[in-house]
Amino acid sequence: MAYKCVVLIKQVPDTKRVTGDVMNDDGTVKRSALPAIFNPEDLNALETALEIKDRFGGHITVITMGLPGAAAILRESLYRGADDAILVTDRRCAASDTLATSYILSCAVKKLDYDIVLCGRQAIDGDTAQVGPQLAEKLGITQITYVEQLIELSSKTITAQRNIGNGWQQVKAELPVLLTVVGDANEPRVAAARKMMKYKKASTPIEVSEQIKAENPKADEAEIAELLELRAKALEEKGLLIKQWDLDSLEADLAWCGMSGSPTKVHRIQSVVLAAKESKDIHPTPDGIADMIHELIEEKTIA
Amino acid sequence: MIDVNRKGEVWVFAEQHGGKIEDTPLELMSKARRLADTLGVKLAAAVLGDRIKPLAKKLVRHGADKVYLAEHPLLGQYQTNSYAKVMYDLIHKHEPQIVLYGATIAGRDLAPRIASATKAGLTADCTDLQIGDHTTAKDKKVHKNLLFQIRPAFGGNIVATIINLDRWPQMATVREGVMPMPDADTSRKGKIIEEMVELTREYLPLDIIDEHKRPKKVDLKAARIIVAGGAGVGSRDNFQLVWDLANCLGGAPAATRAAVDLGFIDHDHQVGQTGTTVRPSLYVAVGISGAIQHQAGMAQSQKIVAVNNDPDAPIFQVAHYKILGDLNDVVPLMIKTIKEKGIQE
Ligand SMILES: Cc1cc2nc3c(=O)[nH]c(=O)nc-3n(C[C@H](O)[C@H](O)[C@H](O)COP(=O)(O)OP(=O)(O)OC[C@H]3O[C@@H](n4cnc5c(N)ncnc54)[C@H](O)[C@@H]3O)c2cc1C
Ligand SMILES: Cc1cc2nc3c(=O)[nH]c(=O)nc-3n(C[C@H](O)[C@H](O)[C@H](O)COP(=O)(O)OP(=O)(O)OC[C@H]3O[C@@H](n4cnc5c(N)ncnc54)[C@H](O)[C@@H]3O)c2cc1C
Repeated sequence: MAYKCVVLIKQVPDTKRVTGDVMNDDGTVKRSALPAIFNPEDLNALETALEIKDRFGGHITVITMGLPGAAAILRESLYRGADDAILVTDRRCAASDTLATSYILSCAVKKLDYDIVLCGRQAIDGDTAQVGPQLAEKLGITQITYVEQLIELSSKTITAQRNIGNGWQQVKAELPVLLTVVGDANEPRVAAARKMMKYKKASTPIEVSEQIKAENPKADEAEIAELLELRAKALEEKGLLIKQWDLDSLEADLAWCGMSGSPTKVHRIQSVVLAAKESKDIHPTPDGIADMIHELIEEKTIA
Repeated sequence: MIDVNRKGEVWVFAEQHGGKIEDTPLELMSKARRLADTLGVKLAAAVLGDRIKPLAKKLVRHGADKVYLAEHPLLGQYQTNSYAKVMYDLIHKHEPQIVLYGATIAGRDLAPRIASATKAGLTADCTDLQIGDHTTAKDKKVHKNLLFQIRPAFGGNIVATIINLDRWPQMATVREGVMPMPDADTSRKGKIIEEMVELTREYLPLDIIDEHKRPKKVDLKAARIIVAGGAGVGSRDNFQLVWDLANCLGGAPAATRAAVDLGFIDHDHQVGQTGTTVRPSLYVAVGISGAIQHQAGMAQSQKIVAVNNDPDAPIFQVAHYKILGDLNDVVPLMIKTIKEKGIQE
């Protein structure tokens, strides 16, 4: 039996590369100074979906909510074997916390037909690991978090192994389910050259209209709109149009989106400054070490 | 969601498995106790399970004024949906102003499901909690006595203070090991409230087939002295130096992620953001650069000794004793000195 998978992916700043010059003086992060990457564990979620498709057949849709530039990770997913890609983008999504994010994503997923929804365990910028479970609740489906291995899929049930910290747990559930996948689950495949050739030109309507504007600097709104419709249609026929949804097309309740839909607010952000403490330089000599050990014994740090 | 309820209690979700309460919610009790005292409200623990009455007393001894005891045969084993439903019902019945969960595997599985159903905010993986005031920028309105939920984000590079103005309860998960465990006080008295639980099999969508838990190879949190080695130690063989120094100090050996990834020692020994958070009396860092993610797990140590041959290593910025030198000379010297002192005394 073939399975329909939906994979939620996020474009994130590469927080592993944060250095001093990436921080603003007020403690906020200059996001633009960091390369934007495919959230690592979302690649594991996509790989799990691809393995399901390889074995059982089926269809994979990837969805991301983000700025127009997030189309880059949608293309990367197509290069790896996803069938369909959707960009949810809308200024009114800005400042969404995890509750609002999961609400908006749930509106998008509900428009699709699915058996298995896959998320990464955690995004490396917000670092909350909350969106997966919240999305499962909003969809009203069973969640299996921390999945490290898919054991079995048979008609309408799934068996998976969860990483429970100091061990594992195997659980079985009826479809549909939402899985959050950990980094140890698999080795994500690299992009396939043939697919890269095919999908290199896959674009969102925003990208197409940017292109039209660059090529026809003098064109007015109406002309651009007309050209856009033509080109989008041509791309769609070739399966190269990345769908682009805004909150209106999702029929989302704006009260639950963006700033107003987010109960958590940031009171303050500080960059981590390494505390300078009272400290002593110890000479790496027998005397220096002996003095230090003596002091530690005197103050009863060492028994 | 519930409305702002200034008389609401402070709650800790007392996660238990097999009749044993996890460490993290117990650690949380001391901090929660202080929050409740600052707010002038009661501290309550919510404990769910099957035949777990003895746990209620333990929670009282650790600081709870009240224990909500939810017992049901279908709560015998943790499942997201059943636990989320019972917690949801309890929250709506009693309207606490704050609900705290340990950021354990189960806590991070459960709390977001409850937050989504409740449509309340949830802050992830806090390392500290305080009570404070917030003035909204737009209307200059002062919101008094909010829960400041302090958490690292962005891979540990920033610390954010998160608040929830009006869609309560204010909920947070709190990282393990960042708060000291309170001592049990057998003289404490508290009220135990047995809750009626309504549950059906429909709330148990998972069939738990098999589970395997292996004991941790080391209990870093309980260690008074820790000797940690980093990539600078160079090899698994040379890591024996770390074991030897730990042994002669009566301490536990630990490591950075780089050392674990290089195969010098098992992951159970890792200290830091993705390992264990420790606060020993003495932390000896050997061949460790002191990355932010490592410091997240050890900066609270009472005394830090750092051995490194790079004067600019960030670890020196948090060290009380800075030893600039080659660890292959310094560590044997330390071992020798300690052994001699031992003979003298
Ligand atoms: C410093 C800081 C601290 C924050 N703290 C909190 C907090 O404590 N509580 C809170 O509610 N919000 C918080 N937020 C907001 C939160 O980061 C955003 O809501 C973010 O959009 C989603 O959370 P996350 O990055 O933690 O994702 P996670 O929950 O860690 O992501 C898990 C998975 O969900 C999927 N996913 C997540 N976002 C998207 C997306 N945009 N598109 C597609 N799939 C997605 C991916 O599969 C991902 O692997 C914070 C933001 C900042 C900047
Ligand atoms: C999301 C995330 C989570 C992470 N979680 C953790 C975590 O939980 N714990 C953790 O530790 N790291 C974690 N890291 C990794 C962290 O960023 C660092 O890479 C790691 O801590 C570096 O380990 P190290 O200090 O052993 O190695 P290095 O940074 O390579 O440092 C080695 C040090 O040894 C010194 N040295 C070398 N030879 C000698 C010698 N002969 N004598 C004396 N000194 C010598 C060098 O000067 C250097 O300072 C995480 C990273 C990310 C991105």
